[in-house]
Parts: sequence; structure tokens; C-alpha cells
Amino acid sequence: MKDKIFKGLLFAAALAILLLTAGVIYVLVKQSLNVFHEYGVFGFIFNAEWDPRPETEEYGAWSFIIGTLFTAFFALLLCIPFSLPVALFNGEYFKGYKISSFVSSVVDLLAGIPSIVYGLWGFYTLRPIVIQLGVNAQGFGIFLASIVLAVMIIPYASSLSAEFLSMIPDTVKEGAYSLGATRAETIRHVSLPMASSGIVAAYILALGRALGETMAVTMLIGNTTNVPTSLRDTGNTMASVIANQFGEADGLKLSALIGIGLLLFLITAVINLIAKFIMKKLSVR
Amino acid sequence: MSDRVKFSNVKKRAAKDKIVFGLVCLFSFLSMIPLFLIIWEVVSKGYKNFNWRLFTQVAPSSMDALIAKMSGEPIPGGILNGITGTILIVGMAVLFTIPLGLFVGIYLSEHPENKFARTVSYLTDLLQGMPSIVIGIIAYIWVVKPLRSYSALAGSVALTIMMLPMVVRSTEETLKMLPRTLKESGLALGASYTSVIFRVILPSGFGGIFTGILLAVSRVMGETAPLMLTALGATVVNWNILKPTSAIPLLIWDFYNDPNLVDIIWSASLLLLIVIFLLNWIAKIVARRWKI
Repeated sequence: MKDKIFKGLLFAAALAILLLTAGVIYVLVKQSLNVFHEYGVFGFIFNAEWDPRPETEEYGAWSFIIGTLFTAFFALLLCIPFSLPVALFNGEYFKGYKISSFVSSVVDLLAGIPSIVYGLWGFYTLRPIVIQLGVNAQGFGIFLASIVLAVMIIPYASSLSAEFLSMIPDTVKEGAYSLGATRAETIRHVSLPMASSGIVAAYILALGRALGETMAVTMLIGNTTNVPTSLRDTGNTMASVIANQFGEADGLKLSALIGIGLLLFLITAVINLIAKFIMKKLSVR
Repeated sequence: MSDRVKFSNVKKRAAKDKIVFGLVCLFSFLSMIPLFLIIWEVVSKGYKNFNWRLFTQVAPSSMDALIAKMSGEPIPGGILNGITGTILIVGMAVLFTIPLGLFVGIYLSEHPENKFARTVSYLTDLLQGMPSIVIGIIAYIWVVKPLRSYSALAGSVALTIMMLPMVVRSTEETLKMLPRTLKESGLALGASYTSVIFRVILPSGFGGIFTGILLAVSRVMGETAPLMLTALGATVVNWNILKPTSAIPLLIWDFYNDPNLVDIIWSASLLLLIVIFLLNWIAKIVARRWKI
């Protein structure tokens, strides 16, 4: 009897996850229905106008979608030359050594720093440098936000890539060595190709992180509603516009912000599912 | 002739190998620099205001800070309202998360082949990838709107949604590593399913489960975005879970937006970093001590 109740409780808990997810999607859709009704799904997505003034009220998500994709992909690009060496350092060259556990714990600590502290660091330390580089007058913008984002996602990209690199059996690499290949050649022609899908999955997950990052970006991107066309431009991401404008929003504007939240949720969900799908396939093999 | 050509080729390849190795080391060490830069900045700017007052007084008003600044004194006040708020909000979130997270984790590890369990597992991944600001929106609609007030409760609901997938995953993964024989021998001795889970399985997996909870707490400790939409912030110490409440990251955000209060921003960040790194450190020790 006791066991039955307990098993029922376990099932109920698992069911709660199902209901939670269903509830999340339900409220996001229901609360944003208004704005999709007003402009149509594509009319809302592809409209770059965001004007909350009552007389000329108009809401479109396009400039924020572009801002989000722009910063996230540029950050991903910036993070590769750092996260890939870290992955090789920990998963290949110094696999199993003390130094690699030191490096990986230091890099992992980067993941523990709160987003808002990254924002402060970007604002007080990196912004003056960006101004000196002459990127733009105020320092705020896509460029600054992407740099900080790149630092933030290094641990996500590197630790998972290192894991996949370290899973390659030694015998395969020894085969390459015995044919006279150098270590670098073995990495280039054996390790990286073998771990490639795992590494791609790691970077897709890192991209998902970058897309949803809120506070640091809000503090650094400049918060303007234009469509950013170059690294020098200021802009807004989907997350940062919600963080900035949610507080005083009501009516159609609130619905528009929740609609942007729904779109962001869908984008990150698809990205994560792709990464998980690749990883599931790998683990089956 | 041809020997020399080959030899230079080998030399070139060896040199290339060394260069790649050098670059990997160089860029790995470059990747660690930001951590030290951030810690250095927070410590060097934050230690001055890191004193008893920080823990005993509430955040100063902008006016008080301005007056103190003009007369050349250090800014009065601390972040007591943030500290108590973080304890309240995170504490409640932990209370909500642990039973639910553990039960779901146990369920998933007990039914790895079950179709329903696999769906739940996918959904857990989905929730884990959900951006924190979207979680803030959800908690706003679910709690703030019906209660018609920003509240600590809404904040902890948001943090619960964030922590839940992490705790589920770590519990599931830990329990899956336990040998099947452990459970079977418990059952063979005539113990009920319930007592096998509570007396054998959970204690054996304690290390991994506890580490997962600690890491989840350290992850949500510094979350700002979801709290902005739910707990909002308050200028006084508040223990009423139905009223707006501050938190350390929320105070950092307030200080950031108010030029008069900037001095205290670094001490608040320092405290936050210390707590987070401490939690990470304890998690590591626990994981090593109670290794399966």
C-alpha cells in the first residue's frame, strides 16, 4: 500500500514536469495572442518598427530578432579561437594531468559568475577599451555585447568539446602516430574529425546560451530599437528588450513583449533540441 | 638531393607541430585571463566598503548617498535588504525544488525505457534551455498577475523553474550510476520499495544529488532578469512572501542605474562572488568525498 502511494507520487512528480511545460507554452501563446491577432504572425516577426507612443503605436520584433542573432553568432565566432584550444588542452594534450583539471576548473568558474557581474565588467573595464579602439563614441553596442557574451560561453563550448575529444580511444590515435603523423596532424586528421559532431553539438548548446542571455547584454548593447547592420551599431536583443520594457508595459505592448518571449523560447528550444539530438545519436553509437 | 628535401619536410612538420602546441597553450591561458580580471576588479574596488555595515544596514537612498558623497564621506548603508531577500527567495525555491526534483529524478532513473519517462526527459532538457527572462515572464503571469502584486513568492517560483531541470538531471544521472544489485539486494531482503529508495538508493547517491543541488543554488543565486519581473525589489527588509522583496543581484542592478550609489556596487558583487565560489567549492569537495 505504502509502495503504491509512493510510486504514485513519483509518477505525479514526473507528470508535473509535463504540466509545467504545457503550462509554459499555453500562457506564452495565450498572452501573446493579442499581438499576433493584431499584426498576424509574419507581420509581427518581419516588422522592424517598434513604437510604443500611443498615437502611432506599432510593434514588430524584427530588429530584436536580428540583434539577437547578430550578437549570438558573432559571440560564437569570437569564442571559437579560445574554447577550441581549451578543449584540446584538456581533452587531448594534457588529458588526465593535474594542470588540465586546474585549467578546466578555472574556465568552469567563468560559468559561475553571474550575468550582472559580467555586465559590470563589460561596462567599467571593456567599454573604455572599445571607445579607445574607436569602434563607436559611447562604446555600447553589438561589438561590446558580443565580446562579453563570447567570454560567457567559453566554458559551455569548451568543457563539452573536451569531453568528446577525451572519449576518442587511444588506439586510434596511436595508429596515426605509428604511421609517422605528428601530434598536430593526428589532431587535425583523426581527433577533430572523430569528435566533430560532438563538438558541433557543444557549440550549438553554447549558441543557445548566448541567444537567451539577458542582463549582461542589456547593460552593454545600448538598447535602441533600430535594426543593427554593423558591429558598431547599438541595438537590442529579444531578451534585453523584455528586460528593459516589461516593467511599465501593459495592453498591446505587454502582449508584444510576451510574443517576443514566445519567439525566443521557440528559437532556443529548437537550437537545444538539435544539439541534444546530435548528442543522443552519438551516445547510441 | 632528394634526402635533403625530405629532411626539410620533416623539420617543417615538426616545427608546425610545436607551433600548434604553443598556440593551444597560449590561447588556453588567454581564456583564463577574464576570470582573474573580473575577480581582480571586484576585489580591488569592493574591499573598501566590504565591512560590517554591508550586512547590518539596508541600501541607502539616492539622496543620502548624494549628501554623503558631497561631504566627502563614504556612502552610508549596506545591502541587508538584499541579503535577507536572497535568503528568502532562494530558500523558498530550494524548498520547492528538492522534493519535486528528487522525485522526478528517481522516476526517470527507475523507468529508463518507459515512453512517458522519455518524454519527461526531453521536456526537462527543454526547460533547462529556457532563457531566464522567459521564465521571468512565466512567473509574472502565473503568480504576480493573479496576486496583483510583485512578491518574493513569484521570485522563488521563477527560480524553482530554473533549478528544477538541473536537480532532476543530476539526481537521475547519479542514481543511474548506482549498481542494479544494490536495489535488488535491498528488495531481496524483504524491504519495501519505498524503504529501499529512501534507505538504500538515496543515501548511496547522496554525494551526486547534493552536489547537483548546491550547483543549482549557485547558478540561480546571481540571477537578476527573472527577479526583475517577479520580486521587483524593496528598500526595506521584508520577510512577507507576498510582498515585493529585494535580492543582492537586484540591488546591484539598482546601484548600476543610480550614479550616486556606484561605490557600493562592488562590495555587493564581491559578496555575491564569494558565496557562489564557496558553493562551487563545497560542491566539489562533496562530490569527491561521496564519490560513487
